[in-house]
Amino acid sequence: MEKSIDEINTRIRDGSAVVVTAEEMPDIVSELGEEGALREIDVVTTGTFGAMCSSGAFFNFGHADPPIRMERLWLNDVEAYAGIAAVDAYIGATQESTTEGATYGGAHVLEDLVSGRQVELRAISKGTDCYPRRTLTTDLLLDDLNQAIMVNPRNTYQCYNAVTNQSDRTLNTYMGTLLSNTGNISYSGAGLLSPLANDPTLSLIGGGVPIFLGGGSGMVIGEGTQSSPANGFATLMVSGDLKEMNSDYLRAASITGYGVTLYIGLGIPLPVLNTDIVRNTAVRDEDLVTSIVDYGVPRRDRPVLRTVTYAELKSGSVEIDGEMIRTSPISSFSMARQVAGDLKARVEEGAFTLALPTMRINNQKRNRPMRETARTPRVREIMNPAVVTITENELVKTAAKKLLKGETNHLPVIDREGRLVGIITTYDVSKSVLRDGDALTVSEIMTKKVVTISADEAVDLAAQRLEQNNISALPVVDSSRHVIGILNAVDLGKLIQRRWQP
Amino acid sequence: MKLFITVPREVIKQPLIAQVVLETGVLINVERAHIDSTEGWILIDIPDAEGDRISARLIERGVDVKKLEKAVIHDEYECVECGACISICPQEVFSYDEDYHLVITDDRCILCGRCVPACPHQALSIRQ
Repeated sequence: MEKSIDEINTRIRDGSAVVVTAEEMPDIVSELGEEGALREIDVVTTGTFGAMCSSGAFFNFGHADPPIRMERLWLNDVEAYAGIAAVDAYIGATQESTTEGATYGGAHVLEDLVSGRQVELRAISKGTDCYPRRTLTTDLLLDDLNQAIMVNPRNTYQCYNAVTNQSDRTLNTYMGTLLSNTGNISYSGAGLLSPLANDPTLSLIGGGVPIFLGGGSGMVIGEGTQSSPANGFATLMVSGDLKEMNSDYLRAASITGYGVTLYIGLGIPLPVLNTDIVRNTAVRDEDLVTSIVDYGVPRRDRPVLRTVTYAELKSGSVEIDGEMIRTSPISSFSMARQVAGDLKARVEEGAFTLALPTMRINNQKRNRPMRETARTPRVREIMNPAVVTITENELVKTAAKKLLKGETNHLPVIDREGRLVGIITTYDVSKSVLRDGDALTVSEIMTKKVVTISADEAVDLAAQRLEQNNISALPVVDSSRHVIGILNAVDLGKLIQRRWQP
Repeated sequence: MKLFITVPREVIKQPLIAQVVLETGVLINVERAHIDSTEGWILIDIPDAEGDRISARLIERGVDVKKLEKAVIHDEYECVECGACISICPQEVFSYDEDYHLVITDDRCILCGRCVPACPHQALSIRQ
């Protein structure tokens, strides 16, 4: 048996369609069987509510008198892209305020507008014959705009990696606070309610499909940026009218150490046309597998610690290396339920009919990493391999001589096998002279916890590590902690300056 | 229950907690403390039934004692129940009920403040 989209829409219009949420579907299919569920159920609604950084909106402000072609513009001090002429602009959710930094950004402008609050527009221009005006300031409400069209290039990931942090430093990431030494696990996504998890082959979701977006109605434009359906990481580009949205489903957020983002509710109703669709929408959290990745490694390809199901993640704790680690989401499941439930009510009321994609999304596509033509310099290329070292049992006096002779401020301390065991600086030596004279040995004054770097890391990471630890040199070590060089902040500074000079 | 003790300069050098433990035999759990030369505070956890007795003994020794209540201020409008606070709290103050609504058991709070910057929606603050 198969059903057509027209049959389903007819039932929606006359109020007889049977609509369930993707959370209700698995038990229904278990009870009625696939054929039974196909006969009984017409529509399955999905929903998700989480941080969707790649979001924003196009505005048309109407023309001022005398008119201006806005070259740069700011809404409540958040810059919007004005390179689309005259009085059009695009504001991105993560753009930060020039005056308030990470506490206010594009997402907050969107939330303020949707909540009926006034927003200040400032614009500048060089002035032309056709657009003579050079500056403009005005207060605007959402109603004052001709158009406010949300266009989100990358929303509603099919699946997202869960993350933890095996490093010894707490990390502030877009996945929230990650405690050191595998202190917690953070994950995102609504699991069995997630729109793309219910249509992994992209047979129903594609260009032109109507959706719930931020409390209003919108549609799928097509494939989202970075979409990678071939390995289960599809995304969607979506659009909707900001004027229909409400702040229950559109919330600005500011994530410590990362910046501004937008939380938005997105739901897609799926027509139940055949048993393949029944099977796909019967997906449970137990079936949805993702990876737990170590964000302690600051690289693009981060180590996967294990795979995990959404059911395990939602249970509150997951085992890693024999230890139970607490989990928490950064997207809201209660709000995802509300999206799917609200959408269900709208379909039941006949207010929301369905459509098949007018443009299908290629489900074989796989995302590629960036082709980098200018390779990021590695630590090996700028470190000083002629590093002067000292052993633990030598006298501080010897250290002082070495520091002077080597014209350096840092002496890595090594053991008999040449492995790094500490570091001393000119400051340590001066301090020890004041304290106990020069009879001390190196091991008595050295810092034992040394911040190091390996030769194959990018220099950018070295720069970050120096800054975070407020230090000026990093011993470069190999995998067995042999000192093979030293990286100096001054050399790094010179290099970075050179790279960014036009 | 948790008691928040403010220690004035006059008694800052005295072994206050140790004395009260010896006198009462009640096991006092010091959860957090900050003491310097001029002032200090101590957050202790004690069995509920001993609250009055321990408070009285501490006050006799010249400190100010407040019962810690509603330590976590939760802005229900800003909160979207994303759950970012759950796994970062060392005291497991935050959890979900069976419907994924956020539950705050704030009598466990030790005022560490870790949840405040961890909330993406700035919905949490700690009563000072």
